[in-house]
Amino acid sequence: MSTVEDYVARIEGTCGAEKDLIVIFKYDKKDEAIARILKKAQLKNSLAGIIFELAFHDVSFRVYKSGKAIFRGIKNREQLNEILVGLLL
Amino acid sequence: MEHHSNIVPWEIISKINGFTIKYAKVNDDGTLDYEDFESKFSSKTKLASLSHVSNVSGVINDVKRIAKVAHENGALMFVDGAQSVPHMRVDVRDLDVDFLAFSGHKMLGPTGIGALYGKKALLEKMEPFQGGGEMIKEVSFNQKTEQCGIGWNDPPWKFEAGTPNICGGVALMEAIKYLENIGMSEVLKYEKMLTEYAVKRLQSCCTKLILYGTSDPSLKCGIIPFGIVGLSSHDIALFLDNYGIMIRSGFHCAQPLHQVFKLQSSARASFYIYNTREEIDRFVEILKEIERV
Repeated sequence: MSTVEDYVARIEGTCGAEKDLIVIFKYDKKDEAIARILKKAQLKNSLAGIIFELAFHDVSFRVYKSGKAIFRGIKNREQLNEILVGLLL
Repeated sequence: MEHHSNIVPWEIISKINGFTIKYAKVNDDGTLDYEDFESKFSSKTKLASLSHVSNVSGVINDVKRIAKVAHENGALMFVDGAQSVPHMRVDVRDLDVDFLAFSGHKMLGPTGIGALYGKKALLEKMEPFQGGGEMIKEVSFNQKTEQCGIGWNDPPWKFEAGTPNICGGVALMEAIKYLENIGMSEVLKYEKMLTEYAVKRLQSCCTKLILYGTSDPSLKCGIIPFGIVGLSSHDIALFLDNYGIMIRSGFHCAQPLHQVFKLQSSARASFYIYNTREEIDRFVEILKEIERV
């Protein structure tokens, strides 16, 4: 059975007043992770297949083709984990 | 305008030793307010501490001027040279600073090593801050009193307790030799050329881009802090990352300066001897793409 850890290498808090969270997907799983996210989240905008601006359960976030995603307005890592479970599994 | 590394240690030690820290202002363009800095001195001032170059804005401070005022007021002068030593010729005797620190990782050297310059007479007067091997001349045991007597080694060994970071020291020395072979004046000249070129291109090509601080290359090293209207610094960094361009986003360990600039965070492009004008062209082209987001 897959887990979030199968796709996520690490999660980092951004440095700055914004307090956003950046998810770095495992290199060999990033394409699969992005594909799963694109299936489940609402696509609001995309640029040349490089950036995807998305929404999921009232949370807006951006996914980058390089295998990173930035989530805004997340209360804590537990909430982010719930969102990642919803998006990836 | 200081890096946290030139704020936090003083705050910690002020709580232990009970002294007061006074902070000098910066102008709206990120340059130092020299008059304000000089107004902070009094007969009670023990030490002035200032970065030679801001790691956020790249502004070069006239530390020689502040050192002179410090000495006139009977104070010592400490300089954070982490952002200047890798980028320009720094003559501690000409600047007449009492202490100057720099780090290896910003000058092609390894992480975890740096150096502190101090005037010999001052270092000889100072007590060690760590104990261990190498920093003593002798440790003798008195059989009668059953106590140890300790004699300190000469500086710098007096301050280098324990087995040193030998690999780091060797690697930093090689980095210094490499840079000296190029010539620090050449390093600065090249960086200024890149900075001037980048600022001109950014100003002429990017419409939503905001440059923070002074853009006058004569006042700064190769650092360009910037933002793009409607995007966070982290979005800019992640976007550039897709194209193999690395910049720094966030506070850059200088949160107070961001408060002055009223910024949540900033994006920072920085240049060194390995960067080229072609890379700047590529950087500008990608920024133009970002503006379309």
